[in-house]
Amino acid sequence: MNLLLSKNVWKTFSGRSLKIKNMNTVSVLVHKELSTYFNSWGIYIGYLVFFCVCGFYTWLSRDNLFYIGQATMLPVFMTINWLQFLLIPALTMRSFADEKRNGTLELMLTKPIKTWELIDGKFFSSLIVSLIALLLTVPYYITLAFLGNVDHGTVLLGYFGLLCMAACHISIGIFASSLSRTPVTAFFVHFGIGICFQLLFGLLALQLQNSFMAGLFQYLSLEEHFDALARGIFDSRDIVYFCSICAIFLALSKFCISKNRV
Amino acid sequence: MDVVVENLTKSFGVQKAIDSVSFTARKGEVLGFLGPNGAGKTTTMKVMACFLFPDYGHVYFDKYSIHKHPGKIRQSIGYLPEHNPLYEDMNVIDFLAFVARLHAIPRYKIAPRVMEIIQLCGLEHEKHKNIRELSKGYRQRVGLAQALIHNPDVLILDEPTTGLDPNQTVEIRELIKQMGREKTVILSSHILTEIEHTCDRVLIINKGRIVANGTSEELENKADSSRLLKVCIAGSTDKETFQALEGIPEVENVRQAGNHAFNIRCKPDCNIEQSIFEVCVQNNWYINELTPVEKRLEDIFRQVTQN
Repeated sequence: MNLLLSKNVWKTFSGRSLKIKNMNTVSVLVHKELSTYFNSWGIYIGYLVFFCVCGFYTWLSRDNLFYIGQATMLPVFMTINWLQFLLIPALTMRSFADEKRNGTLELMLTKPIKTWELIDGKFFSSLIVSLIALLLTVPYYITLAFLGNVDHGTVLLGYFGLLCMAACHISIGIFASSLSRTPVTAFFVHFGIGICFQLLFGLLALQLQNSFMAGLFQYLSLEEHFDALARGIFDSRDIVYFCSICAIFLALSKFCISKNRV
Repeated sequence: MDVVVENLTKSFGVQKAIDSVSFTARKGEVLGFLGPNGAGKTTTMKVMACFLFPDYGHVYFDKYSIHKHPGKIRQSIGYLPEHNPLYEDMNVIDFLAFVARLHAIPRYKIAPRVMEIIQLCGLEHEKHKNIRELSKGYRQRVGLAQALIHNPDVLILDEPTTGLDPNQTVEIRELIKQMGREKTVILSSHILTEIEHTCDRVLIINKGRIVANGTSEELENKADSSRLLKVCIAGSTDKETFQALEGIPEVENVRQAGNHAFNIRCKPDCNIEQSIFEVCVQNNWYINELTPVEKRLEDIFRQVTQN
């Protein structure tokens, strides 16, 4: 009995230490990726473009927040959503395409790390970069809160929705990069897949009114699920959808990377 | 840690890169991989480093198999790939610290270990530079440093001295030899002298198959049973000398190797020197030179890899 107990305790501890080791590896990879991102000018230019375009559409364009006459962040979220769609491919296109081209993928995969840890490292580092971009728009929210009565819950859900959208685009980007040998190819592959989820599936659902396919395309559309969150509706099905998209594309990335080694 | 490779086979499409390769590398031994381009050296090393999966066969690092324990194996090997891929936008210290963290070296040991390995690989003056700013030789040293950072039991080095100047080459060879005293070192090279000087045992691979395996001396003995002599005879025309030498019964073949100089291939256990001397005495010629030609690894390499 004692032996069994000690074995179980050992199993629990060894399993725990394994998990901690995996977490450590992912955090080491995230740290490395982030330092690579922030050591280049590209990321600062990206943030500047994001902040300027966002600011222009929010405060200066014809449909600015003052013009609407409501204390809502919805137009800002829509702008950010499309900006993410355009900028995230530029962020993720190099992730695996560059590693393959430079041969560093061989170096990494002969180190004591698993393929999914490598993928997770790239995923979480890109997600942190996207989160920082979202945090840059928090002053807009604070300004709006001074100007009128903002529904804080809706805004928080909207930001959460944007983060989910970013996660989906990042996983699509990592998949596109794992398919390609050059960043430019990865960018266009991402753009092709991304536009289907962002726009085309929604349009197809509208075209095929009231059929099974319409329902399917509507479910597949990213916009459909984001809209609900941006309007302050928290539905667990949307969360399941976002998690599924991330899991599917990250699993496909792992498959593509492993396929080249067989 | 001993490395046992059993019937390793790997194909790319219809082409077999390696075909039933089997060998053993023991602890405290430097094993050299020799072979012409496309022979399968790099593929074998990639499989051993758990980067490629073999179609068939096993590689055991002591009790660990590449199929069952790739994580453990990766932790115990240091691998320097052929083209030495490095993160060019990182500086030397950051890169080595990153690799050390991947190998789960405790945080408090990382800084001293990085400095130690920088000193060992002669990177003191380059340690703050970005890798992209380094010359090829220094990049090669960084590649070697990342393979050594976690003090691995097995070192797999694919052409480790490529791009190094002669002084650096000698230094790195010495370092590899030193490592080979306590670790298992497997290295590939197309520089035959490097293999001759650095390795305890040589493995020649051709078209994915092992065609020779042994120490340099063993290979030299095994490769050919005949003796080779260089003889210079004066006092007659080359034609007469050639005919007289061909007439000696022990001689297998004669080839002219310059003015009055001939290369003679003969049976191993005969007293050819006496026979040549007697021919010269009979014809009133005199011998200027009579030297045995030693077979070198290069000859053996050519012999076993030529179609």
